[in-house]
Amino acid sequence: MIRLAAIFSLIFCVAFSLSAQHNHHGHDHSGHDHSGHNHAGHDHSGHDHSAHADHSGHAHGADGDHGGCGHYGDFDVAETAMHHISDANVYSIGPLQIPLPIMLKSDDGWELGMSSKFKPDLLGHGDGHVGHNRYVLHGGIVKRIADASFPMGEFNVVGFKHDKLEIDGKEKDVTYVCTGDAMHLLEQKSTFDGGLFGGGMSSYKDFSLTKNVTSMLIVCLFLFWIFRRAAKAYKKQDGKAPKGLQGMLETFVVFIRDEVAIPFLGNKWEKYFTFLLSVFFFILGLNLYGQVPFFGGSNVTGNLAVTMVLALLTFIITNVSGNAHYWKHLLVAPGVPFFVKLIIIPVELMGIFIKPLTLMLRLFANITAGHIVMVVFIGFIFIFGKSGESLAGASGAAVGSTLLTMFMMAIELIVALVQAFVFTILTASYLGAATEEAHH
Amino acid sequence: MLFVLLDFSPIKPDFGLFFWTALIFLIFWLMMGKLAFGPIKDALKKRENDIQDALDESKKAREEMSNMKSENAKLMAEANAERSKLLQEAKEMKNSIINEAKDKAKEEANKIVANAKVEIDNQRKAAVTDIKNQAGVMAIEIAEQLLKKNLKGDAEQEGLVNTLVDKFNLN
Repeated sequence: MIRLAAIFSLIFCVAFSLSAQHNHHGHDHSGHDHSGHNHAGHDHSGHDHSAHADHSGHAHGADGDHGGCGHYGDFDVAETAMHHISDANVYSIGPLQIPLPIMLKSDDGWELGMSSKFKPDLLGHGDGHVGHNRYVLHGGIVKRIADASFPMGEFNVVGFKHDKLEIDGKEKDVTYVCTGDAMHLLEQKSTFDGGLFGGGMSSYKDFSLTKNVTSMLIVCLFLFWIFRRAAKAYKKQDGKAPKGLQGMLETFVVFIRDEVAIPFLGNKWEKYFTFLLSVFFFILGLNLYGQVPFFGGSNVTGNLAVTMVLALLTFIITNVSGNAHYWKHLLVAPGVPFFVKLIIIPVELMGIFIKPLTLMLRLFANITAGHIVMVVFIGFIFIFGKSGESLAGASGAAVGSTLLTMFMMAIELIVALVQAFVFTILTASYLGAATEEAHH
Repeated sequence: MLFVLLDFSPIKPDFGLFFWTALIFLIFWLMMGKLAFGPIKDALKKRENDIQDALDESKKAREEMSNMKSENAKLMAEANAERSKLLQEAKEMKNSIINEAKDKAKEEANKIVANAKVEIDNQRKAAVTDIKNQAGVMAIEIAEQLLKKNLKGDAEQEGLVNTLVDKFNLN
């Protein structure tokens, strides 16, 4: 315990001093004037958005320093929050950037290796100093130069620049990379939201073992390890009362069995029990893992792709195990007057899809919101401290935000449990409705 | 505006994370089901069955015990009854034996008395006979003597003899 505490305090001290330092750096950066790369450079880069662009017209007047490649302006709490809840190609603990394996698929083939090949500072913002095959590392996330005519191979990265660009009548936040002689628009990895949430297809797909995937692996292995131990304990001390870890885990298992599985699934509970338990512990484990300080604060269950997989599995299992009774009720609605049927059947049919959609969004929204609130509360320190200018403001806000954050963390612990439980119990109720025998 | 202005990336599902989540979760589900949750579920079920069995068994044992107790009491009562019956019988037997013995003794006594009587009678008869015989002998002797001394008058003698004989007969 003492050793653990010592390590924690060491990490804390290092993180604190580094963050103070890097804040300073940030100011240096924002002070940099890469005036050589002005907006006129965009047109030279020849990217396909040039049609939209008289870029100088969009130049954001907030601070003039943005004219160059200085990447860090004043502290923007919203941007920080968004960055912290994102998935990334590095595992960042404070300013420490641990490289992760990358697997990027584009029409030009696979780009493999570690994210360290983009040569980001080990302690920093995760901005790579080197690009490779149009790929660059920005804020710990791999992005790609949109311009397909950009030459393959290695190139130097001088800096990054945020700007706003009007695309199809919508103002969009975009990032440019400075390669020394020109600025190039970056595109993000492909997402399959179909533009609904601002994403869409780009020239590459990211199959890397990202921070979220790494967190998932860590949590799954940890869960497997403790449950395997518990399972062995049942064998080892057969016929004895449970104790220690086994007793603690049993509480949860029995809770899910007696309060979730059996009430909703009746005598068919055993068939779905391992799925319910897997869902519960997978979500709970990741919810809690994201809240452990100095572990990177991964926002895994607050990522739509993750909750989508879980909701999709629930959707598939529910409808595959739906019996004749369930489908009859859905599609025919027996015993209901005809004009009511006209309303109820479409509603029921929509319900098939809405139920997993709500599962997906509820978990995502709850966990993401928790992470954002936490970052914003801590961000108060920088807002009131005016990014390091006002020590009094920072220290005052530090006290307040520590209290607020502690309060939020307590609530988030409850949220972590409640959301895991809600997801599981709703899954059980959908499964129960689908497998219920006709008896009336 | 938030979604547009900022890169709210967690809401944009990407292929890689979707793929890895699906893969990891399915493996997690499979492994946990096979090696952890399944065995735990079975162990819990087994233990609950064991506990139920133990409870049932103890209930049964208790019932059996109480059954046995009542049976014991019954046996005890029976034994008691048997004992008192035996005692009663023994008493009766004793009495009957005593009575029998008494009767027998009485009978015997009577028999003895009767025998004694008979014996006495016999003795008396023998004695009488003896006396008679002796009286006869005495009479003869007397007669002899009388004959020897006073063989003078027959009539007198004859009268004497007759009186003597009558005397004997009277006895």
